[in-house]
Amino acid sequence: MFELFGISSQALFGQLLIGLINGSFYALLSLGLAVIFGMLNIINFTHGAQYMLGAFTAYFLLQYAGLGYWWAIVLAPIVVGITGIIIERLFLQWLYKLDHLYGLLLTFGLALIFEGTFRNFFGSSGLPYSVPPALQGGRNLGFMFLPNYRGWVVVFSLAVCLTTWFVIERTKLGSYLRAATENPTLVRAFGINVPRMITLTYGFGVALAALAGVMAAPVYNVSPQMGANLIIVVFAVVVIGGMGSIMGAIVTGFGLGLIEGLTKVFFPEASNTVIFIIMAIVLLIRPAGLFGRSA
Amino acid sequence: MQRVAKASGDLALRRHSEAIAFLIMTCLLVVAPTFAYPVFLMKALCFALFACAFNLLIGYVGLLSFGHALFFGWASYIAAHAAKVWGFPPELAILSGAATAAGLGAIVGALAIRRQGIYFAMITLALAQMMYFFAVQAPFTHGEDGIQAVPRGKLFGFIDLADQSNMYIMVLVIFLGCFLLIYRIVNSPFGEVLKAIRENEPRAISLGYKSERYKLVAFVLSATFAGVAGATKALVFQLASLTDVDWPMSGEVILMTLVGGLGTLFGPVAGAFFMVALENYLTTIGQWVFVVQGVIFVVCVLLFRRGIIGELAQILRVKL
Repeated sequence: MFELFGISSQALFGQLLIGLINGSFYALLSLGLAVIFGMLNIINFTHGAQYMLGAFTAYFLLQYAGLGYWWAIVLAPIVVGITGIIIERLFLQWLYKLDHLYGLLLTFGLALIFEGTFRNFFGSSGLPYSVPPALQGGRNLGFMFLPNYRGWVVVFSLAVCLTTWFVIERTKLGSYLRAATENPTLVRAFGINVPRMITLTYGFGVALAALAGVMAAPVYNVSPQMGANLIIVVFAVVVIGGMGSIMGAIVTGFGLGLIEGLTKVFFPEASNTVIFIIMAIVLLIRPAGLFGRSA
Repeated sequence: MQRVAKASGDLALRRHSEAIAFLIMTCLLVVAPTFAYPVFLMKALCFALFACAFNLLIGYVGLLSFGHALFFGWASYIAAHAAKVWGFPPELAILSGAATAAGLGAIVGALAIRRQGIYFAMITLALAQMMYFFAVQAPFTHGEDGIQAVPRGKLFGFIDLADQSNMYIMVLVIFLGCFLLIYRIVNSPFGEVLKAIRENEPRAISLGYKSERYKLVAFVLSATFAGVAGATKALVFQLASLTDVDWPMSGEVILMTLVGGLGTLFGPVAGAFFMVALENYLTTIGQWVFVVQGVIFVVCVLLFRRGIIGELAQILRVKL
């Protein structure tokens, strides 16, 4: 272990790792937001609550069904994704022809309902969720100690992000999706069931949020308001990256997580606000966002 | 002949519907302390002004600000600090709160109007959250405790605001004054340009209006009125706390305006009274308040987009 600017390499790389982990949650969430916005023209404010629901589903599976982390990482996104599909069918589908802001307000209301209900039953203190046995412990990399679970979160979310990117940008399904984003009426004329595609897209975006929630459960505690503050940061990430590009969302998410980690080491007072400050600077220099197309 | 007279009388009523509604509202507010708790009324009036300020943006320029708690909360902090630590009289405390809100509004507005539509909402929310963290960290706000025991002081040096009815009269005068000012702004040539921008921004630009400048001025005005509301609330409750800068407060003012009716003159007032009364009844249910608010959001967006006053205006076929 060595020192850099009077800070031990352990502290520096430890914070950078936390930054990368936060970054992978930012990336997963902003990816979901971007995909949903592309198809539904709705900014999904419920996204943070759905991340929280993912973590709680993992907790419930362990507590009441005895199903551990590996079950949860498969089942929780499916369960929460299905609730997303129900939400889309019950509420969101009536809003597509209205002003964007109604979608934001409706999903904000849903977020209040979910978070309020959970806070009522579980209070505001977090519930612990332990790291799965296979990923306990860690390894010494020489310049830092790497807990196995944290390494797994970064690698796995990167894999999920890249797979999503591949599916949307490089496969036939993805090309339908992109076409339907551009011109839904024409794509329908080709015999593709666009409304069903919209429903499934929402379910998929929500499932990504739930997946992030399951991965977050062992790192942070499972708590009702874990999504509320995160979603606001993710909004800033989305403003910085612009929602036009999938890869842009991934890069911005990880990059901002890293910057946040660095800030925690060198200027801890600003670690809560650094992303918002970057957002303000980006708005001044490149109003359309780093990867955005100007509207 | 009689029918014609009746019809023209009807028409006069229609034409002056806003003035009549204003008179009814004023009368109700003047007699209200005889049957309602004054602190409740003052709270509702502060929120009504806050919602009117918010409505100035969403209703007349079509901009959804998700960060109005920033102006409300910071104005209340500055007013409380000015009254308690600097010993400012109440009128100056409120003015300094409003000035702070105006300054913050100019900065936030200049940044946020660089993006349109849904991004505007996200940017205002993010910047408000940033200022929330500043409020948590700044020493003068006293963190979780807030600024407590703020003296109400003597208005103009001789009206003692510790007296509840004096305080009520001051809050009422501030509210009515700002309400009329907002009415004047909305119905001025400037207000017409704002509505033109809301309806069709590219067209307004092509007619030679610098839409960004108009939007910024509207944003600063809205922030300032929100600041007046926040500063007044700090004096009413003799407290400035983190609740007023946090994002649920931004959500609440949106909900009040939505319930009352977006883009109606009296909607925000009706919505604020409705929500404050509802929360008064629901104080015992704790966290369920959020659930109730969420349900109202969902119901309003899906079934009740015109709001209370919007529906009323539709039924009576008048402008309110």
